[in-house]
This record gives sequence, C-alpha cells and structure tokens, in this order.
Amino acid sequence: MTEPALLSVEGVAVDLPTPRGNLRAVDRVDLQVGAGRTLGVVGESGCGKTMLSRAILQLLPKKAKLSGRVMFDGRDLASLDPESLRKLRGRSLAVVFQDPMTSLNPVLTIGTQLIETLQEHLELDSHAARQRSTELLAAVGIPAPEQRLTQYPHQLSGGMRQRVAIAIALSCEPKLLIADEPTTALDVTIQAQILDLLAREQRRRHMAMILITHDLGVVAGRTDEVAVMYAGRVVERAPTPALFKKMRMPYTEALLAAIPKLDAAPHTPLPAISGRPPDPTRSLKGCSFSPRCRYAAGSCYQEKPALAGSDAPDHQYACFHPIGAAAGIHA
Amino acid sequence: MATLELTIDDDVAVITVRRTRRLGSLFWAAIGWLIFVVAAAALAGLLPLPSPTDMDMLDRRAPISALHWLGTDGLGRDELARLVYGARISLTVGLCAPVIGITIGGALGMLAGYFRGRFETTVVGSMDVLLAFPPLILALAVTAYLGQSLLNLTCILGVLGIPAFMRVARATTLSLARREFVIAAQALGATHMRILLRELLPNVMLPLLAFFLLGVAVTIVVEGSLSFLGLGVPPPISSWGSMIGEGRESLEIAPRLAFIPAIAMFLTVLSLNLVGDTLRALTDPRQGAL
Amino acid sequence: MMENTQTHWCDPLLKVENLVVEYAVGRNTVHAVSDVSLQVARGETLGLVGESGCGKSTLGRAVLQLRRAVSGRVLFDGQDLTAMQGDTLRQMRRRVQLIFQDPIASLNPRRRIGDIVAEPLVISGVKDPEQRTRLVRDVLGAVGLDPDLVMGRLPHEFSGGQCQRICIARALVLNPDFIICDEPVSALDVSIRAQILNLLEEMKARYGLTLLFIAHDLAVVKAVSDRVAVMYLGRLCEVGPSEQVFATPAHPYTALLIEAIPVPDPDVRPAESVAVGEPPSPIAPPSGCRFRTRCPRADARCKEEVPELRAVAPEQFVACHHPLIAPG
Repeated sequence: MTEPALLSVEGVAVDLPTPRGNLRAVDRVDLQVGAGRTLGVVGESGCGKTMLSRAILQLLPKKAKLSGRVMFDGRDLASLDPESLRKLRGRSLAVVFQDPMTSLNPVLTIGTQLIETLQEHLELDSHAARQRSTELLAAVGIPAPEQRLTQYPHQLSGGMRQRVAIAIALSCEPKLLIADEPTTALDVTIQAQILDLLAREQRRRHMAMILITHDLGVVAGRTDEVAVMYAGRVVERAPTPALFKKMRMPYTEALLAAIPKLDAAPHTPLPAISGRPPDPTRSLKGCSFSPRCRYAAGSCYQEKPALAGSDAPDHQYACFHPIGAAAGIHA
Repeated sequence: MATLELTIDDDVAVITVRRTRRLGSLFWAAIGWLIFVVAAAALAGLLPLPSPTDMDMLDRRAPISALHWLGTDGLGRDELARLVYGARISLTVGLCAPVIGITIGGALGMLAGYFRGRFETTVVGSMDVLLAFPPLILALAVTAYLGQSLLNLTCILGVLGIPAFMRVARATTLSLARREFVIAAQALGATHMRILLRELLPNVMLPLLAFFLLGVAVTIVVEGSLSFLGLGVPPPISSWGSMIGEGRESLEIAPRLAFIPAIAMFLTVLSLNLVGDTLRALTDPRQGAL
Repeated sequence: MMENTQTHWCDPLLKVENLVVEYAVGRNTVHAVSDVSLQVARGETLGLVGESGCGKSTLGRAVLQLRRAVSGRVLFDGQDLTAMQGDTLRQMRRRVQLIFQDPIASLNPRRRIGDIVAEPLVISGVKDPEQRTRLVRDVLGAVGLDPDLVMGRLPHEFSGGQCQRICIARALVLNPDFIICDEPVSALDVSIRAQILNLLEEMKARYGLTLLFIAHDLAVVKAVSDRVAVMYLGRLCEVGPSEQVFATPAHPYTALLIEAIPVPDPDVRPAESVAVGEPPSPIAPPSGCRFRTRCPRADARCKEEVPELRAVAPEQFVACHHPLIAPG
C-alpha cells in the first residue's frame, strides 16, 4: 500500500467473559481499508464479524476486553477520550445496522432524527439542517422527502427505513461507513436496491466502506477486497477478483459451494459443510475449521495455521493444505 | 437472519451471568428471613410462648425481660407471642389472598389473551370497573355487611388482586400466543385446552409467580393498613397491622410497641420484594430470548 | 379456467381453488390472498416464492385452516378442508404438517425435546408411552440427532440448525403425507442451510412426502422444487416447472426476482437497480394487474383488466397481458 490506510486494525482481539469461560470473539485480526475502498467481511453468525465492527467503533460491551490497536485516520481510537470519540463516530465513522427498525428511534420523526444529527455534528442552523435533510432523503431514493420528514419509522417499509438509516449515516459525510448486514432483513429485490445505493453513494463521496455479510454473493460484485472470518479469525483475505478466481482456504470454498446455484438442476444435493462452528468458549488446539474440513490431516489438528501469503502477496490464507497446492504434498 | 444464533448465545450468557451476580448474599438473607418468619408462624403452637391473649394488667407495657423477651403491650400481653401469632394472620391473609388473585386473575388473563375478541373486551372492561372502585370503600362495605372475619378479609383482598394478575397473565399470553410454537401446536391438531395447559401455562407461570411474591408483599401491607384502621381481623386476635394500630396509642411512652411489628412487616415485605424481583430478573431475559 | 389447464396430471394431493383470504388490521382490510388456485401432485415439491407481505405464508396457513378463507376451497386428498370443523379438521391436520421459519420460536422453551417431539403422538391418541418413545427415538435418529443426548434437553440448549432438525422431527413423527415448509431455512446460516435443505430432500424420499416449500429466496426454491409458483401481492403471477421458469421466465416480476439474486462471481457486475420501487400495500392493491406499478411493460390495459393465468408453454402459466415469452 502506497499511502497509509484510512483504517488499520492491528492484532485486534476481543475477549468476553462468560460463565462458561472466556470467549474469544475476535482473535488477532489485522485489516486495512484504504480511503474510498470497500472491504467485505464475510462469515457465519458467531464468527466474530459483528464484534469486530464494534471493536472498530469502540462500542464493545462493558465487560469485553479489547487488545491490539485500531488506527483510524492516523489516530489510535483506544487512546481517544470519550468526547472526541463520540465526535469522531458521528462525523468520520458511521454505521448502518441490520435492523433499521431497532436502530431508528421509534418515537421520533425521521426529520427530527436527521436534523438533530446534522445540527449536532455540522452545527447547521435549523433551516439549513432541514434543507440538507430533504436533499439527503432524496439522495437515498426516498420519494416525496419533504413529507417523509414528518413521518415515524413505523410508517415506512423495511427498505425505506434502511434508506433513512443510510441517510443518517451519510449525513455528516463520513470517511468510513460500516454496513453491518445492511440487507439481511430485506427482500431480494430491495436488497439489490440498497446495495446499489450504498455503492453509488460510496463512489460519489469517495468514502471507505466495510460491508459485513454472511453472503458471498453480496460481496462478489461490490467490494475491492474480501476477508473471510471463521471462529473469530480471518482465515482468508484477498482482492475480490483474486479470491473468487482461486479460493485457497477450504472454508471459503465450502461456503461458496453451499449456496444453492440457480443453474443447478432441482434436487441436486448441496455440498453442505458438515457439523457446525466450534464452541467459541473452548479453544481448539489445531485449525478451528479442521473438524469440518475435507482436507484436514496431521498438522491441522495440532497447530493453528497462520495467515500468510504465498504466490500472490496480497492473497493471504490460514491453511496448511490450501486448495490448488501441489497435489503431492498431502496425497 | 444471520445473527439469530449469535443473539441466542449472547442471551444465554446474559442469564447465567445475571444469575450468579444477582443471587448475592442479600437474596439469601431475604430467603433466610422468610423461612424464619414462616417457620415461627407455623410452629407458634409448639414454641414455648405465653398465650398471646392472656392479659396481665399489673404488668402493662413491661420492658424487655427474661420473662417477656419483647416486653408486654398496653394490656399486658406478651409482645413476642402476639408478634408470632400475628405473623400467622398476616401471612395467612398475605398468602391466601394472592392465591385467589393468581387463580382467577391468571385464568381470566390467559383465556382473554388466547381467545381475544369479545371475551377479552368483557374481561378487561370488568377489571377496569373493579380497579376504578375505591378499594377502601369496598372493604368497608363488605366488612360492614358480612362482618369482620379472617375469611372475609382474605376474600376482599383476593378479589382486589384479580385485575393485576389478570393483566400480567394477559400480557404474557398475548405475546406468547403469536409465537410459532403455539401455532405449531394448533397445526398439530391440539385442542385449545391442551394448548392453554401444556404450551402456554408453563410459560405464563413464571412471570405470574414472580408477581405473586410481590402480591404477597402488597397484601401484607394492605392487611396491615386495614387492621390499623380497625377493619381487619377482629380483636383479640393479633395481626401485625392491628399491633401497630394498638401501639400507636402508646407511641410516646413505649414506641417499640408500634415499631417492632412495623419492623417485622418491613423486613418481610422487603424480603418478598427482593426475592420476587430476583426471580423476575431471572425469568425476563429468558422470555426475551425465546 | 385452471380446471382445464392444470388437471392433466391425475391425482393432486392438494388442490386450492379460488382461495381468498382477507383480514382486518384496524379499520383496514388486508387482501392477503386474492383468488389463488393451485395444485400439488402427490410426491411433488411445489415452491412458492414472493417478497415478504405477498401472502405466501398466509396461503400456507390458510391451507391448514389456521386462517379461515373468505371464499374458495382447499381440497386435501379430495376432501374440502374449508368445510371442516372441530374434530374432523383436527384429524385431517395430522396428515398435513407445518415447519416454520424461526426454529427456536417454534419450540416451547419450557418443554423438553422428548416431550415436544412426542406431542403430536399424544394429541393423536398414541397411548402407550413405550411406543411413543420408540417412535420419537426413530424420528430423531432419522433427522440426524442422537436421541440419548437430545431428548432430555430444553430448546435453548440447541443452535438454530439443530432446532430446525427437531422441528422437522416433530413434523415427521406422525408420518404425514404433506408438509408445508414456511421459509424453513431463511433464519439459518449458509453452511447450515445446505444441511437442512439436504435433510428435507432426504426425508421427502424416505417418508414419501409431498411438499409445499414457501421461500423468498429463488435459488433455495429452485434447489428443491419440481415446480414453482410466483406470488405477488396476493395473486399468482406465474406457475411452471422450476427449470423452465428460471430459464425462460414469462412474467416480468419473475424476471426481476431472478435478476435481483446476488451472484457470487465478481465478473458478473450486478445490473444497476434492476428492481424499481417497493411493493404497494396489500391494504389497497393496485387495480388490474397488481404488479403494474413496478412493471416496465405496463400499459393502460394492465390498469383496467386483471390478467388471467394462461399457458405460455407446456405446463407454464402466466398471469400477464404482456408476457416475456409469447403464448405458444
């Protein structure tokens, strides 16, 4: 990378104490996002992707223990005092959550929520803020924005609410937008619209984005780089085209194979991943995917593979027996 | 939704954490006090106590002594014996009245929440009428008409508790009746009776029981207030409320006569509230996680 | 009209005729299902697709009479369920089972798995507890769970995927003929989703089931269905063999749904804003063709006239005035 990344996550780990023992939700993750770039974080529920986003936002549950560094725009977020952190979160770092119904305040109108955000962070007067709100709602594709300002979240459909949530997130021209499963609660047709909207606004504002999802299909056409997470760790990381061209980590491959294909004949058995993700409170000695992995052998059960690249430097994976390696090694 | 499993895990963690944290020494102290009071009241006849109604006019308002551990009251009766026997009355009323409330109110609430429609409107409407009626006037009217007795007192307080239990049961049932496991039971061809008893009741019971403990606490206080006003159990039977009422006359000479029963009531009610709150806190996150 | 066009296979197990389901929300009436007719042949899987709020779940529940229809008939094995009441209906329901979207919510949180799976047997009057236990153990084994480990536990001790297995076991324990799967995998993770879909296919073969598979995800529906029915705002848009419908969709809405699926291939650039707007409210659906407000091909006729379902290809039917393939 030529210029320093906008966001740099260095060795971040999140530990949550639970009655069953320590839960390592995120395990030494390193990630960089350059200005104007899109990083896709893919993983199943419980893989730590949401905890990672909360760690970046410094919004972890009180009991959680964060280690490692989160550098944003040249500053270490952990060293900031609560006030400047709060300012930063509103202005430079914005977030869109999965469920717009719970992320919007149900008793305030859309207008109030948007205008207040604008007044607080951009110090606009009420007329200017109102003007700007209308523009924002129009920008995110909401018809009749003037009228919408006086409506409450429950009067809008799920897709419209998510548009409002995006409008609020974009209101202060953030440098980085974290979209945490922004379309999981929505229908396919609406999902496509929301993803298009995010992509368009991102290009227009030259904003960096982290798109968190469980669907490899969602990240395929819309990200520059993808990080696949499993059991708290990044297990494969590569520029999107490279990843889809040549998957190295068996988990990524299995995840892709498990998605039903439109061009397959009906009743074709799906190549399912057997078993389920490991219990995060119990640390596994070997590779955490080894109990479910088709290629697992020997060393996989003994030690954890490190995230490293081989032929292509920006394609990293954590696997002893990557797909497509010389066949003789583990035959 | 992809976060489904994660959320459940989180909530499971929350419950267990809360369970270990909340069940602190205060909870066990409250349980201990309740066991102590209940045991004393139940075993009152077996304890080496003087009769609570034997008067000794020569020994009125005697101070604390080896003979009278807590002294005697304005009529020379043993204060400790009256306190223990009074606990019987207070606890009997305090337990029986909410039992009436939880049975009738719980049943009405579950039926209203499950069947909805006109039945629900009728039940909720009549409960509103009952709530709007001044409770003290009702108690006065009933005791004036039927006479003062333990049974009448219990019944009045029980009836007054029905609306609150009905609301708790109805609210819980309403949220549960739309859950898919109830629809699943309907789809299996289960009868309404079976759905109410096997699917809904176990889920409604816990919040109701937690509320029941708070109901006991409230009833003890209300019984005390009624007895204090002379509307409770007829003399010479003692209850904590009537003891406080009688102690009021000698508040300047022997304040302990009013304060000892008051403290006993205070501790009991506080313990019940503590236990009830803890139980509710234990059941609530589970409710959310379902 | 459906009578003539769709009855060329004999012996439909389920036949829905002109079903209308409406219900009141406040002062308004929701037109959840409007004049829907379809058939499911014995041993077939019919996929029912549509966006949320299109009435597909209501249709599933109306088949089981969990929601009563305003008009129309539901014939199961030749018997009209809409005319049944009380005990006869309860008897019939045992042959038709339902699997829900949220596997955790569809299990009573305070009952043990053994009891939950045995419940259908108790209700249907299997008195012998040993026989019940034997049947429950068999079916738990069949869905891939270890009966010894599972039976004494409570639902919250299991993950979503395992709960869905338990739900499937409960649906299978009475050996039903027909299962309505209402979004059975939408709440599950990708890796678990494939396991459950495979399990459903396996169980279908093993127990000789007929399935009505309701989902919003076309790829999932395609994977398991012989035929698909596409629903929009309470009406059927298109019915046909899955491969045919996916290869050559006749209804513009079907085409839109197919285009909107994200393809896991970075070389396929997602078509910019294929979908226009959002579905209107089912409280006041548009006149004529209900899809016309989002349809690129809509004209004056679509506003006036409700399109009837008609054949465009062998076994493929579409309700559109301007279908994407000419009627053959």
